[in-house]
Amino acid sequence: MYEFNYQKVESVSAAVAALKNADDGKFLAGGQTMLPTMKHRLASPSDVIDLSGIAELKGIKASADTVTIGAMTTHAEVAASPEVQKAIPALAGLAGNIGDPAVRNRGTLGGSIANNDPAADYPAAVIALGATVKTDRREIAGDDFFTGMFETALEEDEIIVSVSFPVPRAAAYMKFENPASRYAIVGVFVAETSDGIRIGVTGATPCAHRGLRLEAALAGKLDSAALDSVELPVDKMNSDIHASAEYRAHLVKVMAKRAVDACN
Amino acid sequence: MAADKQSVNMTVNGKPVSGEVESRTLLVHFLRENLRLTGTHVGCDTSQCGACVVLVNGKSVKSCTMLAVQADGAELVTIEGLANGSELHPMQQAFMDNHGLQCGFCTPGMIMSALDIVNRNGNDLDEATVRKELEGNICRCTGYHNIVKAVQAGAKAMGGGS
Amino acid sequence: MKATGIGASVRRKEDRRFLLGKGRYTDDIDVAGLTHAVFLRSPHAHAVIKSINSSAARAAPGVIAVFTGDDLAADGIGPLICGVTVTSDDGEPHRAPAHPALAQGKVNYVGDHVAVVIAETVEQARDAAELIEVDYDVLPAVTSTASAADAGQQQIHEVAPNNVCFNWPFGDKAAVEEVFASAHKVSRLDLVNNRMVTNPMEPRAALGEFNSGTDEITLHLTTQNPHVHRLVLSAFNQLAPEHKLRVVGPDVGGGFGAKIFVYAEELVVGWACRKVNRPVKWTADRTEAFLADAHGRDHVSTAEMAMDENGKFLALRVHTKANLGAYLSTFGTMVPSYLYAFLLAGQYATPLIYSEVKAVFTNTAPVDASRGAGRPEATYLLERLVDVCAQDMKLDPAEIRRRNFIPVDAFPYQTPVVQCYDSGDYNAALDLALELADYAGFSARAEEAKARGKRRGIGISSYVEACGIAPSAAVGQLGGGVGLWESAQVRFNPTGNVQVFTGTHSHGQGHETTFAQLVCDQLGVPIENIEVIHGDTARTQFGMGTYGSRSLAVGGVAIARACDKLIAKGKKIAAHALEADEGDIEFADGSFSVAGTDKAMSIAEVAFNAYVPHSYPEGVEPGFDENAFFDPINFSFPAGTHICEVEVDPDTGVVEIVKYSAVDDFGRLINPMIVEGQVHGGIAHGVGQAMLEVCRYEDDGQLLTASFMDYAMPRADNLPSFDVGYAPTHPPDNPLGVKGCGEAGAIGAPPAVINAIVNALNVKHLDMPATPENVWRAAQAAQA
Repeated sequence: MYEFNYQKVESVSAAVAALKNADDGKFLAGGQTMLPTMKHRLASPSDVIDLSGIAELKGIKASADTVTIGAMTTHAEVAASPEVQKAIPALAGLAGNIGDPAVRNRGTLGGSIANNDPAADYPAAVIALGATVKTDRREIAGDDFFTGMFETALEEDEIIVSVSFPVPRAAAYMKFENPASRYAIVGVFVAETSDGIRIGVTGATPCAHRGLRLEAALAGKLDSAALDSVELPVDKMNSDIHASAEYRAHLVKVMAKRAVDACN
Repeated sequence: MAADKQSVNMTVNGKPVSGEVESRTLLVHFLRENLRLTGTHVGCDTSQCGACVVLVNGKSVKSCTMLAVQADGAELVTIEGLANGSELHPMQQAFMDNHGLQCGFCTPGMIMSALDIVNRNGNDLDEATVRKELEGNICRCTGYHNIVKAVQAGAKAMGGGS
Repeated sequence: MKATGIGASVRRKEDRRFLLGKGRYTDDIDVAGLTHAVFLRSPHAHAVIKSINSSAARAAPGVIAVFTGDDLAADGIGPLICGVTVTSDDGEPHRAPAHPALAQGKVNYVGDHVAVVIAETVEQARDAAELIEVDYDVLPAVTSTASAADAGQQQIHEVAPNNVCFNWPFGDKAAVEEVFASAHKVSRLDLVNNRMVTNPMEPRAALGEFNSGTDEITLHLTTQNPHVHRLVLSAFNQLAPEHKLRVVGPDVGGGFGAKIFVYAEELVVGWACRKVNRPVKWTADRTEAFLADAHGRDHVSTAEMAMDENGKFLALRVHTKANLGAYLSTFGTMVPSYLYAFLLAGQYATPLIYSEVKAVFTNTAPVDASRGAGRPEATYLLERLVDVCAQDMKLDPAEIRRRNFIPVDAFPYQTPVVQCYDSGDYNAALDLALELADYAGFSARAEEAKARGKRRGIGISSYVEACGIAPSAAVGQLGGGVGLWESAQVRFNPTGNVQVFTGTHSHGQGHETTFAQLVCDQLGVPIENIEVIHGDTARTQFGMGTYGSRSLAVGGVAIARACDKLIAKGKKIAAHALEADEGDIEFADGSFSVAGTDKAMSIAEVAFNAYVPHSYPEGVEPGFDENAFFDPINFSFPAGTHICEVEVDPDTGVVEIVKYSAVDDFGRLINPMIVEGQVHGGIAHGVGQAMLEVCRYEDDGQLLTASFMDYAMPRADNLPSFDVGYAPTHPPDNPLGVKGCGEAGAIGAPPAVINAIVNALNVKHLDMPATPENVWRAAQAAQA
């Protein structure tokens, strides 16, 4: 790891100020991706601003129609939350299968979506559930948040405060794991929402996306057989040593069907 | 850049400790090099293998993926903090009784993860649960068969059963 | 049976320190004035080094020294050696390019060693290594095992035309061809044995200390064989004279072969600590382990079997290309030759075998022994081919094996490929395995799975391996540079407790317990009064170390022989003390007694008398401390049948192992608990190769699988619990009746798993690893 200045802050405004004052600062959430990246000397921030001391970024609040999760809430906390388990069990299940138990004890919702790894799980849920990302300065719709590989709509110094997930009528997440990293080779989140059936797909393409072709095929009905005839564009899919584009395209369909079935 | 030194204070295995570290010092290196608690191991550099797992405020954490400064003020338990005098912790004893270790390198991380598993899942663990929960700990020696048995037996013993 | 003697599942004596976090691995050791080494490694697979400028690095904070290949050469250090000669078909020895510990003008694989930085801290050394400027002239790379020797390929080493290290034919080619020409049926299979990274969980490390007062270097290493390391570093690398070099293998976190070899980093650290006159430590991170540990396997083969109308094997013909990597590792040449071709008979009475191995250089990390070493490659090839034979002959896989097994009354059995098998009852192991696996009930289970949309398959693998490595004369005939006997010293202290010094090294195998059980059983000393000491050239006599499942079969016998000597001497001492004839003294359960009387003394009392010889037999030396060397007269031949049952999800290609049954013949078991643990670990290693693990290089020589993020290690949720049974036979050539068990699972498992998957999919073959995508594609192709 290269040297850096470490700062721990206690408020969102202090964090933003610290970043502004730094040459090339970075916010540190759970660190489960950022620290390994820094260890491999693939990132060299001048300043690391630790957000873990900011109370307002933590915690889970549930109302009848929304679950709001603070950005610094860990995956383990989301997975174990009775509120999340009750309102959106698929989200609790997703959080409970990110990485491994020790990673889940550190990794956070905010860190995950801000990093926007193409194989991360949370983006599929944010998209499918039509969540709203609340930052220190605005609200960003889930559909608009993920803009490209490791890229989001966030400004350099913008901090995610919380994510609000509308409670769906039904939802399910199916993940096909990379046997080595345990990231998603493909993950499909299907949700029956007040907006109709929405599908978020992660792992398959450079950036998590909405499964519009799949949604269209379902035509508002949770009937997995309707997905049999969907043609997914193989040329848009990721291809690497773990899975070819063709296989990924196939897996998206299989996982989508299984998620639809699990919604019923 | 001049090395940015930070002082850290934490409780490790019930004892208050402090030290001066660079910001970039990982918790595992603070434990191993500053405190000479070398039972916590480093087996990879991508947060996969789990040889470095310790408990931070009661929860399992990969100490290779946490800065020492992030543990400031925390309560830590490492493998060295489990035994009661010369008496092994029930989970340690279960690993011995079930031949849950061979070369011993992954063992401290396995045991610390096992304690976290018991904390979250209770004392009556089925095989599938243990296998799934151990996905962050890699062992090359045992084929996991006896580790799984050891975690189940240790969990039971921690609950007062045998 | 004593509760702590032979045959008892004694809890391990070594566990306590590991469980308490008090193990002492190389990286755990801290010494005053410690410095840290970081290696600058080649980012290119193949390049000429035009220049190296390390002035900025030398000036960086905390840097003590920066060394390159020129510095090593100036001191006459190295190069690294390969210890086994294979004679190529042109009558010349294998081609052996120079293997400098730090590059001299050229790099030949990504991770090759270019320079070393010694600094006060690891991070300072890393910071400085980035400041070294190397001007490379990048050359095309060769990475493919199959095509490395083809015409027109880039040449890697001048001394090895066409990138061929050796071409090694073995057997009567003409006779085999004649049989093939007239055979009823020939079954043929092309297959790949996937390259693996051995990955013991403790990364390699070295700590060098130099004492300028005694001119002695002490090297703590992650080694499976400290004396072999010392010998090679001293005799061939000119690090220091043997008596001025101490090599210690403290607690070692797994080896599986990867820690046998003498590596560049070890030599450089040993040399640098004298150069900077301070202790130097290097510990690999996992990325370095992937880049620069010796890898395993990596064969491309064609196998053919000629059969008669009853499915009887008449002749086997094998052509194999084996990748040795960029340089020859310490035993690299031996693995695809003697440890491979000599096992091609398997459990079968195939009368004629011809094999041809072409070993090639590529721009990849050196390849050497990895758990099983050559024997998994032979077994995989043969056991896959046998299933193809069964398919072709429309015979049940169990039945075709039975028809061809070496019969139980044929032992000792001379195979056509050098080895003479000591003992075996292959039908017994198969029968028990079929029973454990409920082979008879398989079709009902397959039907049930089919109803759920899944496909079940069952696969058999009947393996044999050569362990107890090895009779020294045989090693010498084959071009090996060492003897492979083993040594032991069994020392009573005056107070009656015992220290056992072994030349083997335990890094997970539990020798500290198993060997103590041997001594406990033979000498009647309580096991808690026995300490096994290994791994330090300053404490233990010369010994050859641990690999090839040799420690008990060879080293254990040496211990027993030393105990024999103690008993013989003890009888003299007891006879004198008990005023009886030596011939009347009997020894049992730790007690010397006069036959037919109640006169007796314990072995501890005898030991005391030997150290305080106030009243002592004439002509007998004082002291109670004996050593022994044992050179085996044959290898040992563990064998068994493993049966794997899988369930395939045809929609995703995901394979679940639903049942795994292993029946092995290891001869006599000293500690069944430990043996079973070795079997489990071996099976997991083999399942890893079959389903998860593959080391892949890009065509330009970049390593694509350089971390656990991309190289899939078996985890707890990839595996079931295993059903293990035994069908032991008595090996007459081994005085303890033992065979060796550490590698069996890694040898038996890969074909059992692949045979099961192939069975489930109803296809002819599927290369390893059977990843979900590979399985899905095979399932698609089978349906098409």
